[in-house]
Amino acid sequence: MATLELTLDEGLQARPLKRGRRLGPLFWAAIGWMVLVFAVAIFADFLPLPSPTDMDMLERRAAFSAAHWLGTDGLGRDELSRLIHGARISLVVGLCAPVIGLVIGGALGMLAGYFGGRFETIVAGSMDVLLAFPPLILVLAVIAFVGQSIFNLTLILGALSIPASMRVARAATLTLSRREFVIAAQALGASHARILLRELLPNVILPLFAFFLLGVAVIIVVEGALSFLGLGVPPPISSWGSMIGEGRESLDVAPRLAFLPAAAMFLTVLSFNLVGDTLRALTDPRQGAL
Amino acid sequence: MMLQALPSALPPASGDPLLEVSDLVVEYPVGAKIVHAVSGVSLQIARGETLGLVGESGCGKSTLGRAVLQLRRPTSGQVLFDGQDLTAMQGDALRLMRRRVQLIFQDPIASLNPRRKIGDIVAEPLVISGVKDPAKREELVYEVLSAVGLDPNLVVGRLPHEFSGGQCQRICIARALILNPEFIVCDEPVSALDVSIRAQILNLLEEMKARFGLTLLFIAHDLAVVKAVSDRVAVMYLGRLCEVGPSEQLFASPAHPYTELLIEAIPVPDPDVRPAETVPVGEPPSPIAPPSGCRFRTRCPRADQRCSDEIPELRAVAPGQFVACHHPLI
Amino acid sequence: MTGNILLSVEDVVVDLPTPRGNLRAVDRVNLTVGAGQTLGVVGESGCGKTMLSRAILQLLPKKAKLSGRVMFDGQDLLQLSREKLRKLRGRSLAVVFQDPMTSLNPVLTIGTQLIETLQEHLELDDASAKKRSIELLAAVGIPAPEQRLSQYPHQLSGGMRQRVAIAIALSCEPKLLIADEPTTALDVTIQAQILDLLAREQRRRHMAMILITHDLGVVAGRTDEVAVMYAGRVVERAPTPALFKKMRMPYTEALLAALPRIDAAPHTPLPAISGRPPDPTRPLQGCSFSPRCRYAVARCHAEKPALTEAESREHQFACFHPIEIHAGAGA
Repeated sequence: MATLELTLDEGLQARPLKRGRRLGPLFWAAIGWMVLVFAVAIFADFLPLPSPTDMDMLERRAAFSAAHWLGTDGLGRDELSRLIHGARISLVVGLCAPVIGLVIGGALGMLAGYFGGRFETIVAGSMDVLLAFPPLILVLAVIAFVGQSIFNLTLILGALSIPASMRVARAATLTLSRREFVIAAQALGASHARILLRELLPNVILPLFAFFLLGVAVIIVVEGALSFLGLGVPPPISSWGSMIGEGRESLDVAPRLAFLPAAAMFLTVLSFNLVGDTLRALTDPRQGAL
Repeated sequence: MMLQALPSALPPASGDPLLEVSDLVVEYPVGAKIVHAVSGVSLQIARGETLGLVGESGCGKSTLGRAVLQLRRPTSGQVLFDGQDLTAMQGDALRLMRRRVQLIFQDPIASLNPRRKIGDIVAEPLVISGVKDPAKREELVYEVLSAVGLDPNLVVGRLPHEFSGGQCQRICIARALILNPEFIVCDEPVSALDVSIRAQILNLLEEMKARFGLTLLFIAHDLAVVKAVSDRVAVMYLGRLCEVGPSEQLFASPAHPYTELLIEAIPVPDPDVRPAETVPVGEPPSPIAPPSGCRFRTRCPRADQRCSDEIPELRAVAPGQFVACHHPLI
Repeated sequence: MTGNILLSVEDVVVDLPTPRGNLRAVDRVNLTVGAGQTLGVVGESGCGKTMLSRAILQLLPKKAKLSGRVMFDGQDLLQLSREKLRKLRGRSLAVVFQDPMTSLNPVLTIGTQLIETLQEHLELDDASAKKRSIELLAAVGIPAPEQRLSQYPHQLSGGMRQRVAIAIALSCEPKLLIADEPTTALDVTIQAQILDLLAREQRRRHMAMILITHDLGVVAGRTDEVAVMYAGRVVERAPTPALFKKMRMPYTEALLAALPRIDAAPHTPLPAISGRPPDPTRPLQGCSFSPRCRYAVARCHAEKPALTEAESREHQFACFHPIEIHAGAGA
């Protein structure tokens, strides 16, 4: 038959197999650090470390030693242990808040981009109103009202992440819903729900996820800043931010007390950024363009 | 028939034309202005016929194709498919009807979801119409992919970007055929493909039409392509039909000056045929502010006052050939 | 015809490194264009015709590797300095691209773009440049040229924009114009007008032209010589009447046969070429067209045919199994 496509194999074997080239050593270093931080945060309780709340008044601001690998802080608490437990807090807030933003903002964005019209105007308008509030004042006001706790902090930061995710999801959906494959699905009689879940979501989720990772980095810093100001997690729970705040007092005597948590935060945020950026670049479905 | 027809809304009637479009109008706002994309088009397509719809960019042919399928709701007018008015249908009834009418697009790669496997894409119509058994779905998918000339084993697990334009168009045709529809609107199906691939896809469409007993509305801007596959041809200009007639007859003796202009403009691959020096007749006007009366009058060498005052209606000038012109060529 | 050669492309090779391996976009191409002559370059997407035009203009992507010679008006363009090349481009060597929306700057007015070119190359003052711009726009058939000077590209239709692009290309009286698919994006009635315009201007200015297209119909009546490209090589080259009447390459024959004809009856099955053009990152050992060729024999799959000559020096083809078509028989 003149219409048979017999030469299929040639084209198909030429799939780009060289993706590994783009993931340089920096990427793997970032992954390595992230894995480390996650691991110690999860298994913190099982590690052979002194408790982060045990105060040893005789060993205040001690230097590095065998008993305390990274020394102790102003109240004699083991620094390494505090860093690890602080990682927990940073990660919990840093992950949960953007997830709230991702789920709610992503859903709103997709619906707004797909249905358009008045719904979109209302959603976009509300997001603009939310963005117009100075975030710090808003956080302060809410915290003052409902009280300081990790849960409340996560919720309010999550709410503040919604507009950005909504924007990303809406932009992605807008470009996609014009494409023929969405019209093809409509021509097949697919319901709106099916189109949103089967056709649009798999395409929107990747830019959203890459953005999510960047959001994690931002929230860790924001939480750190709030805790540094004493407005984040309430004591005695400490996160990296509050550790930096406490370390401020000892800057002339033991600067490591401020720099160690700062370094930990810096490396973690950097890793999330790197991975997020690389994923964003990688998840472009190339159409064999040379 | 290899693929069994799935239960659809009503059993098909016989004898009458399969598709009857009456006075279809599609207008939409762009900013403060209104685009008159389709302004009162009426046509009929008999069962088993291929009607070619030809016109240049901006004439509204793609909009007409989508309006017929209710993918873009017409502003007014009626579309009767097998006796049922599609314009009056909503929701589930319309979705049910969609199993009988399908659409093939111009850009084959953009018509496929880049994140889904080919097997899933081609099976999608089956899932939507409620074929629950995965084995049955797979069987039908394999059958239809073979029918369009692709080896299913090499194709089902891969993503669209691994295929060429021609192969993607075959996949789109497979997806359109899997529900065994009666009517397919082909919107410029070969324009984006290479010359040597076009012939393959056109042959494939003809073959599928014969095998599945299809009725086609074939929309294109290339007259030679349209003539190759159509029984009858309709020429459209700026939202209105200029001329409708049997293919052979229409190209042999066109009645409308625009049809003649289109035919003469086609580059002929014969070095002895010197292309005629074109009379500069200017650019086509915009559908936002179309000329009064006959819309072609601004480019027509035969235009006079009547053409500007009175809109010409389609009337017969030869057996089966209708033209909307006050001064037709025959 | 071969008297006064303006452009001579000699053994030009363009290699592009890609993640999938080396891509040889242009594989040892030889072409000549005489002064005032029109050369048609025909081929489908991926055959290398656009890369060839970029190679002549020395506007290849940074990663591309170019070798060979491009002699233009006695100078080897590959050896020229960047400064000298810049002076040449736009002045003696002009280009019209396929999509006028992307080849015109959308944020500058038509007038600015025209006057810019004129002032750069001809060093005219404002008033003369403006006057000349209006003359040029009128010459390419744009009504009300004075008003157009202050308009932006998006305010014009596709055909108009292409005329403007042609006006810019012609503004400095080039010796050679390369038109890369100038009418592919336009409607057929506008296409005819644009091609007429190019032919008219070419005659008037005694300008040489390279017309690159995928449409054999376009080259038939408007070129002196045609080169057919496939997979980066020139596979047949002949004066236009000879190419259509006495074609030798099976690819040329197949390409012509696959075109639906306006004079054929409807539902005539088209003789399609099966398969697809080869993947340029994985070149075949033998003739690139052999997997799809109905005349192919074992030798075709094993060896690459070189460009040889037919009865006349001007008609060349690359095939071990050419078609023997006698004059008079239809294609």
